[in-house]
Formats: sequence, structure tokens, C-alpha cells
Amino acid sequence: MSDRPDETADIREAREAPGPILRKAPGPTSWFDVRKRGTGHWAFSMNRITGLGLVFYLYLHLIVLSQLLRGPAAWHGFLEVATTPIFLGLDVLLLAGLLVHGLNGLRVALIGTGLVPDRQKALFWSFTVIGTILLLGGALHIAGSR
Amino acid sequence: MVAAQDVADPVRTFRVFRFAREDGPSRFDAFDVPVSAAATVLDGLRHIRLHLDPTLSVRHSCFHASCGTCGVRVNGREALACVTAIADLSDGDITVEPMANLPVLSDLVVDMAPFVERFPPEHPLTRTSERPLSDASAYVRFEDCIECGLCLSACPVAATDDTYVGPAALAYAQRVLEEARGGDRDAILAWADRDDAAWRCHAAFECTEACPSDVRPAQRIMALRRVLTLGGSAAS
Repeated sequence: MSDRPDETADIREAREAPGPILRKAPGPTSWFDVRKRGTGHWAFSMNRITGLGLVFYLYLHLIVLSQLLRGPAAWHGFLEVATTPIFLGLDVLLLAGLLVHGLNGLRVALIGTGLVPDRQKALFWSFTVIGTILLLGGALHIAGSR
Repeated sequence: MVAAQDVADPVRTFRVFRFAREDGPSRFDAFDVPVSAAATVLDGLRHIRLHLDPTLSVRHSCFHASCGTCGVRVNGREALACVTAIADLSDGDITVEPMANLPVLSDLVVDMAPFVERFPPEHPLTRTSERPLSDASAYVRFEDCIECGLCLSACPVAATDDTYVGPAALAYAQRVLEEARGGDRDAILAWADRDDAAWRCHAAFECTEACPSDVRPAQRIMALRRVLTLGGSAAS
């Protein structure tokens, strides 16, 4: 007796099975794949990276503030570490993250509410220039605060 | 003097995504294709199918960016194969893949049903053919948009959220607000005013970058949001 009916069922099942859905990268990592992508995608990616970084900083900041509970000596000890060049460099990095996230948030608000939907690239580059100037000024100020 | 026809066309290597349900895992096949100065990616794919491997699945029709059926990814970018000149591509292999975020049927052909099903239930801007296909209850196309699906493939949000209706459907909704032609604006606004619709877009603008028909889906989504933000008053 032939087993052809089973073979037919197997073929039919194989043909009816859903095909693969290709993704540019696995899961959310595709958000950060900016290769051959435009300014909008760069802004989209940077907003996520800085957003995650700022959330991390928020918790780190609360942990650092908890040093106050351990008395003035512990706090002053931390301040000595916090004014080292490495920490000041991290302050500049924090400022960069705040500027990227804040200015891009303003950009998204302006285009996302339909006020200037056709000016996303102009806003991207305008805020990039503004952010760079503010970052340079802020970095000089932080470096001089030591 | 050498006659023009005696000069051999340069050869470019196509790396083509291959998948067939019966053949197991997907792979890339390499084909050396002679390309003329004006050749397009679709010309190269048709050469492969005609002369090198007749089993290659490629979908196309009009050859001039009107039908929207030959959408693929060329070297990682969404493009209509029929109007993508090989001479405009960088040197090296030409990698051709099916569109992302839609199920692959075979090789470069994706299932467009999940794309069309994302649109609002009412389509007042569609035109019904005067000569419908015998086996189809309706044969329609959306104005302006050529329904190629490149915007959905390019969208980074659709890459991680299959419930997102996507740029084309939202651009269509905004078009209804511009020119309702008897369509129900309130129904369209209610359809768009959802987490997986107008508010899911994160303004990466990749849909607009990818669109070959200048629909500018991202700008339309932003305009749609403005109407929603103003409580729909601009639609009336």
C-alpha cells in the first residue's frame, strides 16, 4: 500500500507553513542599526541610547545621594573622587546625553505635533549645531570647575 | 576600432536570498551577471532567472515604478528593483533580499496580505476596477501610494512590533482626511487614534526615505497627529 496520502499531507503542510519574516537585526537591536539610514533614524537611535543612559544615571544619582546618609565624611570623600578628571569626563558625557535627548525631544515635539513635519532634517542639523556649541561651552565650564 | 557591440558587458556578482518552504533553511546564492550601462537590478534578476537559475522567484510587472510589485532590499536599502540602476550602486557584490517585516513566500517574494490587512476597513479612496478579475470580489488600488510595502520594510518600529499598522496605512488615513470623498472622517480618526496606529510612530522618517512614490508617509503621520492633537477639528 502506498503512503502517498501522507506524503501529500506533508507537502501541503510544508507549503502552508508561514515563511520567515526577515528583520534587519534581532529584536530591538535593529533600532540601533543606522547603517545606510537617514538622519531621522540616527535621531531615533540616539534618543533611545541616551534615554537608557539617562535612566541609568538617575538611579546612579540616587545611589550617590544616599552617601549623605552616611555622614559628612563619606560625602566629602565622594566629592574628592567626583572632581577627578575621569569623573569630570563623565559629567561631559552626561551633558552630551542630556543635550541629545532634550534637543531631539524638542525636535520630535515640533514635527510630531505636525507643526513643521517637513523640516525634520533641518531641525536635526540645527539642533546638532546648537547642541555642539552648548556641549563645548559646558565642557569648558566643567573643566574649569576643578 | 572595436565596435560597441563587441565590448563585453562588465560582470557583477549578485548575492541573492533564497528560500523555499520545502528546501529548509534560507541561504544566499551568488550569480555572476553581465550588466550593461543602463541595467537595473531587475534586469540582473531577470537575467539570473532566464539564463542561470529558472527556480528563482521574483515578482515584477510594469518595469517603471508604477505597479509596486518588485520591492526588495538592495545592499540593505529598500528599493524598487525596476528603477534601481546597477551603475548607481557601490562597487562589489550586489546583495538582494526580500523586504523585511513581511513573511517570505519564496526567495525574493513576500506575502503582501499582512501589509494590505493593516489598512482601515473602509477604503473610500480606492477605485474598483471596471473589469474585476473573475476570481476576485474586488480589484482595487489605493490612490497615490503604489502599495509596494517598502515603507513597512524600512520602518524600525514595525521591525519590533507586528501589531503596528505601519506608515502606508496611516498615510492613507491622512489622505482620507485631506479629501474624504464620502469617507467617514470620524471613523478614520477613531481608527488612527490608537496605540498601535498614529501614536506608535517614533518619527524615524525611514518610510519617507524609502518611498519611491513621494507619498511622504512620515510627514502624513505627523499631519494626522496634528489633527488628533487638535481633537479632530481640522478634519471637519
